[in-house]
Amino acid sequence: MINITALLFYVFSGVLLTAALMVVTSRNTVHGVLFLIVAFFNAAGLFILAGAEFLAMILVVVYVGAVAVLFLFVVMMLNIDLGEIRQNIRSYSLIGAFIGGVLLAELLLMGIGWHTSPEAFDLTTAPMAGLNVSNTQALGNLLYTHYALAFQGAGLILLVAMIGAIVLTLRHREGVRRQKVGDQQARQAKDSLRLVDIPSGSGV
Amino acid sequence: MLDALLSLLPLVGTIILIVVLLLLAVAYLTLVERKVIAAMQLRVGPNVVGWFGLLQPFADGLKLLHKETIIPTRANPLIFLVAPLITFGLSLSAWAVIPFSPGWVIANINVGVLYLFAISSLGVYGIIIAGWASNSKYAFLGALRSAAQMVSYEVSIGLVIIAVLLSAGSMNLTSIVESQKGLWYVIPHLPMAVIFIISALAETNRAPFDLPEAEAELVSGYNVEYSSMTFALFFLGEYANMILMSTMGTILFLGGWLPPLDMAPFTLIPGVVWFFLKVSFLLFIFLWVRATFPRYRYDQLMHLGWKVFLPFSLAWVMITASVVVMLGVIKA
Amino acid sequence: MKITSHPFFKVFKTFFLVDLISGMYLTLRYMFKKKVTLMYPYEKGSLSVRFRGEHALRRYPNGEERCIACKLCEAVCPAQAITIEAEEREDGSRRTTRYDIDMTKCIYCGLCEEACPVDAIVEGPNFEFSTETREELYYDKDKLLSNGDRWEVEIAERLEREALGR
Repeated sequence: MINITALLFYVFSGVLLTAALMVVTSRNTVHGVLFLIVAFFNAAGLFILAGAEFLAMILVVVYVGAVAVLFLFVVMMLNIDLGEIRQNIRSYSLIGAFIGGVLLAELLLMGIGWHTSPEAFDLTTAPMAGLNVSNTQALGNLLYTHYALAFQGAGLILLVAMIGAIVLTLRHREGVRRQKVGDQQARQAKDSLRLVDIPSGSGV
Repeated sequence: MLDALLSLLPLVGTIILIVVLLLLAVAYLTLVERKVIAAMQLRVGPNVVGWFGLLQPFADGLKLLHKETIIPTRANPLIFLVAPLITFGLSLSAWAVIPFSPGWVIANINVGVLYLFAISSLGVYGIIIAGWASNSKYAFLGALRSAAQMVSYEVSIGLVIIAVLLSAGSMNLTSIVESQKGLWYVIPHLPMAVIFIISALAETNRAPFDLPEAEAELVSGYNVEYSSMTFALFFLGEYANMILMSTMGTILFLGGWLPPLDMAPFTLIPGVVWFFLKVSFLLFIFLWVRATFPRYRYDQLMHLGWKVFLPFSLAWVMITASVVVMLGVIKA
Repeated sequence: MKITSHPFFKVFKTFFLVDLISGMYLTLRYMFKKKVTLMYPYEKGSLSVRFRGEHALRRYPNGEERCIACKLCEAVCPAQAITIEAEEREDGSRRTTRYDIDMTKCIYCGLCEEACPVDAIVEGPNFEFSTETREELYYDKDKLLSNGDRWEVEIAERLEREALGR
């Protein structure tokens, strides 16, 4: 009998790799983003197979539900002219090849010099098997105790990024009349309405 | 192998049952919507096809089915056809984790709330892909509006959910309902319940937040190029999402299948009936609001989402967390 | 000072969505009010005596057609929907040989009725004359005369009542 879990694993990872490949090779950028979403989904599937359903859901909520939507937004709004990009590709190809070569060399060095600790496998597989808590709880316990500082730091970095984006785009312009909802709500008939009795024939 | 497949049969049966019931519910929701809004506008609504118009939804469905599926020349055909499938598929897949009554659930997973949240956050894809693939100005503008709106209101829905999670101490939908025994969360979390309902209106693109399909400006928004079956799928998906949001509201705030009081006359009625009544009530609010309020302006919509709901619900989450720790429900 | 103008009341009103709830209460009340719908094919609204519906050519009580082919209606028609051809009849009177109205062109302004010196062409109270083909809407003299015969009672009564208002 086929091991269904193994089968699912190969399906998910196969689709994941194919989609990832399509992200970088597809001509149409929108298709690229859509393939990216497929890749995220399959990664979430892999997480579920590994028993980490919380991470899987968070991956879908954050990456697919929010980040990729913004990607799609930006990519759809851009009017990308492939011909223009191809014209400039010559002038950048040399420096691009150089950077790529350096990165490849670094990766190769890493790959050759990589040593796996003999206990690593036992440490990574099912770390909460003996804890008898859901993996959400296990994750929380770890994040808010041992890694609390790193977690808060990551949050702060995101906050700084957000504030930075706001500062860059916020412009206070003079003479802009904004809607004041509170004032509108508080407005009453007697504040703005005046009943005038004008005798007929006398004009206003 | 055969045994394994046979053991799946009850599950498949349940899924088919739920899908059929859901589609039936969607069909009659459209009828109820027309009837309720008609009543509020002093009209009678559809009453010709069948008794009291009871066969009207099927007449509408048949009409849609025998129309031609038009694919615009300049559209991207594959993606154009996939978009309604995404919307419809997502609106069905969320029902896998909904507990209708104790034990009446297909998949009682630990992170049920997150699953629902994830599925509802994906709903935007069907719309945005439809808008892009149609290659039409109206559709694209509608899709952009819808995407921005749904992403914005997801934030406040997320925070509302967190406030409930903190009180329940679980992400499993069944245990969330069971933790409301005696006191539904709508009472301690009333502002959150209101925010949830308003955000649900925005999330499902319903009036008064139906800017993505504002007829006056965008004809009908992202689905302007769709016809026949593809349009029907969008339509079904939207209404199924409405029902889903009402169900979420029922589970999170109205105590799911729990009777209002844990006493004899109420407990005699089965939980499913209570569940159905509560969902119907929330759906009625959807229709009621549509009959009452005019459409929001876009900047006001964003203002409400980001500058009113977000700070308020964030503050409420903190208060809830403090209270929960103070009362010792969860050990700090 | 009325309680409604107190600042606290304003905050209360905003925070507890009083305006929204009162609006929703209004629609809820309307839901149970008596409906005003007319079940159209079975019930119909009343028409003004000056209603301008389907055209008809009338006859005198002795059966003689009224139209004298003066072509005033043809001349006044802003949509140029009326076509008239006239010839002398055997008894020497001037009569139309052709009186066509293209109902797809007609804008139902009623000027033909106003122009007619003998009250021959009138716009009757009938508005339910939809057809399945366009051709059926090109009315000829026979059709118009038969309309006149069919609606004569109503048309005569309405003309009489309308004359009171002139």
